[in-house]
Amino acid sequence: MAYVEKQDRGQLRVDVEECKGCGLCVEACPPKVIALGERLNHYGYRTAAYKGTGCTGCGICFMACPEPGAITVMRIVNRARSVEQCMVGASECASN
Amino acid sequence: MSSEMIAEYEVSHGKAKAFYERYERKDELQHQTHFCPGCGHGQTHKMLAKAIDELGIQNRTILVGPVGCGVFTYYYYDVGNISAAHGRATAVATGVKRSRPESIVIDYQGDGDLAAIGSAEILHAANRGEHITVIFVNNAIYSMTGGQLAPTTLLGQKTATSPEGRNAANEGYPLHVCELLATLEAPVYIERVGLGDNKQIMQAARAIKRAVENQVRGLGFSLIEVLSPCPTLFKMTPVEAQRWVRDVMEKTFPLGVFRDRTKEAQPRALPEAAPALDRIPQILGVANEDLPEGNPAVHDETAADLDLAVRVAGFGGQGVLLLGEVLAEAGLDAGLEVSWLPSYGPEMRSGTSNCHVRLATRVIDSPMVTNPDVLVAMNEPALRKFVKSVHAGGWILYNGEEFPADCEQPGVQVLACPFTEIADALGNARAGNMLMLGALLEMTGVLRDVNIDAALKRLVKNPRWTELNRRAIERGRELMRESRL
Ligand code: SF4
Ligand code: SF4
Ligand code: SF4
Repeated sequence: MAYVEKQDRGQLRVDVEECKGCGLCVEACPPKVIALGERLNHYGYRTAAYKGTGCTGCGICFMACPEPGAITVMRIVNRARSVEQCMVGASECASN
Repeated sequence: MSSEMIAEYEVSHGKAKAFYERYERKDELQHQTHFCPGCGHGQTHKMLAKAIDELGIQNRTILVGPVGCGVFTYYYYDVGNISAAHGRATAVATGVKRSRPESIVIDYQGDGDLAAIGSAEILHAANRGEHITVIFVNNAIYSMTGGQLAPTTLLGQKTATSPEGRNAANEGYPLHVCELLATLEAPVYIERVGLGDNKQIMQAARAIKRAVENQVRGLGFSLIEVLSPCPTLFKMTPVEAQRWVRDVMEKTFPLGVFRDRTKEAQPRALPEAAPALDRIPQILGVANEDLPEGNPAVHDETAADLDLAVRVAGFGGQGVLLLGEVLAEAGLDAGLEVSWLPSYGPEMRSGTSNCHVRLATRVIDSPMVTNPDVLVAMNEPALRKFVKSVHAGGWILYNGEEFPADCEQPGVQVLACPFTEIADALGNARAGNMLMLGALLEMTGVLRDVNIDAALKRLVKNPRWTELNRRAIERGRELMRESRL
C-alpha cells in the first residue's frame, strides 16, 4: 500500500493573475516546493509556481503572501478513508 | 486497486470572505490590491480579514481606514467602512463605537498617520480606554508620499528628508508607540509583532485575532503594532525588506506584549447609544410641546416683507450676546428666518463684544451684518466703532444721556437714554440690555410679546429674572414711545 504514503498532504494553487512575483512564498515554504516560474503574467511579473510535489499543506506560504487570493492551499481529506478502504479491501482479500 | 485511491483535497487556506470578490477601484486589475509586491500591508490585511472570518463578525464590523498606503481599506473589506481624515481614525472610531456599541470597530492606521499627525488622537483614545481595536502598521517611513522621515524612522535611516540618515539631534528619536501607550492605565492589550519571518508572521496573525476578540468580549482598548516591510521605499527586494524588519528594525522596536490585562479586565457595560435624531429637539428643549401654547409658528401679516439687520455692541458682561439671542430666538418662534452671529474677544468680562442678528421672511444669504438697520450701542466705544456703518434711514439706540454730537449721521435717527441707570432703578443694572431690546421692538414693530416670552423662557432659565426682564422690556417700549411724542 505504498501508494497511500505517496499522496502529498497538501497541494498548492497559485492564481497567476493575482500573484505579483514578490517571492515571499518561495522563501517561506519549509520544504521548498515553490519557485518563481519562467512565465511572465499579464502584468509582467514572474509568478510563483508549485513544483508539483512535496507540499505538506502547512499554509505558511498563504500567510506570507501579501495578496488576498494569490495562494490557495489545499489539504488532503480522504486519507483516513483511503486507508480504511484499503483495510476493507485487504480483509476481503484475506477472506478470499 | 491503486487507481481507485485518488486523494481528495479541500481548501485549508484561501481568500477570506471578509474581502470583496473584486475590488472596484479601477476598471481593470480588479482582482489585485494596489500594494507594491511584498508590501506588509497586504499580509496585515489578510490577517485581519481572517480574524473577522474566524470570529464570525463580518456583518457587524466597521473598519475605519487611514490616509496613507492603507487608504483603500474600503475597496477591499466587505464590511462597514469609513475613511477618516489624516490622523483622525481613532477619533472617528471613538465616535462610531460610542454611537453603535454593538458594532466591532477596527481602526487601521499607518505610522505616518497614527504616530505623527494622529499622535494626540491615539494617545487620548488609549487613555480613555475606548472599546476599539487598533491595527497600527509601522514601516518606519512615510510611504504614500514618497519616503519621507516618519516619527518611527530609525536612527541613521536614510529617507527623502533625511538623506544623511536620521540624526537624533535634528529629528529626535524613533517614537515607541507601544511603550508610550503602555504607561497609561486604561489600555487592555498592547503588543508589537513583526512580519520579519515565518515565526513572526504566525505570531502577528494570532495577536491581531486576539486584539479583535478582546473587543468581541467587551474588554476595552487593544492595539497591535505591526513592524512591516515597505520594499519600495526601503529600496530592497521583498525578501531583503522582510529580513531588514527582522534583523534591523526589531532592534529599535523590540517585539513583545507591553500590556495584557485581558485576564483581570471585566467586560464593561456598553456605553449608551447616542439618541435618535428625532429625540434631539426634545433633549435641547426646543420640541413643539416645549413651546408656549397658542403660539402658531407664523409671523405677523404686517411683517410680510421683513428683512431686519441689527448690530448689538458693547462690553462683555453687558448682555450684548443675550440681547441678540433673544431677538433671534423670538424670530424663530415667530416662524422667521433668523441668524445670530456672535463675535467677541477672549475675555469673559470687559472685553468688547458684539453680535450680528438678522430676521427675515426670506432665506438669509449671510449672517454678517455690515450695514445695520439698527445699531444697539451699549457704550461709547461701541458707538464710535460702528456708527458709520448704519445706513441712512436706520436707527441708533445709544446707552447714554447725551448722544455725542460728532457721531450724528445724516438720515439716521437716534434714541439716547441712560438705559443702565434706568434698569438699576428698576431693580438691576444688568437688565439694561432688556430695556434696549424693548425700545428696539417698539421702534421696529417686529415680533409679538408671546414670541419674546417664549424666547426668554428658553434662554433665561433662572426665574428670578423673568419678572424683571418683562418689566425692563415694557419700560424700554415706553421710553421709545415717549421719545416720539
Ligand atoms: S503549504 Fe506549506 S509546504 Fe505547501 S507550498 Fe505552502 S509553505 Fe510549502
Ligand atoms: S508570495 Fe504571493 S504574490 Fe508573492 S510570489 Fe508568492 S504567490 Fe506571488
Ligand atoms: S510604498 Fe511601501 S507601504 Fe506603500 S504600498 Fe508600496 S510597499 Fe506598501
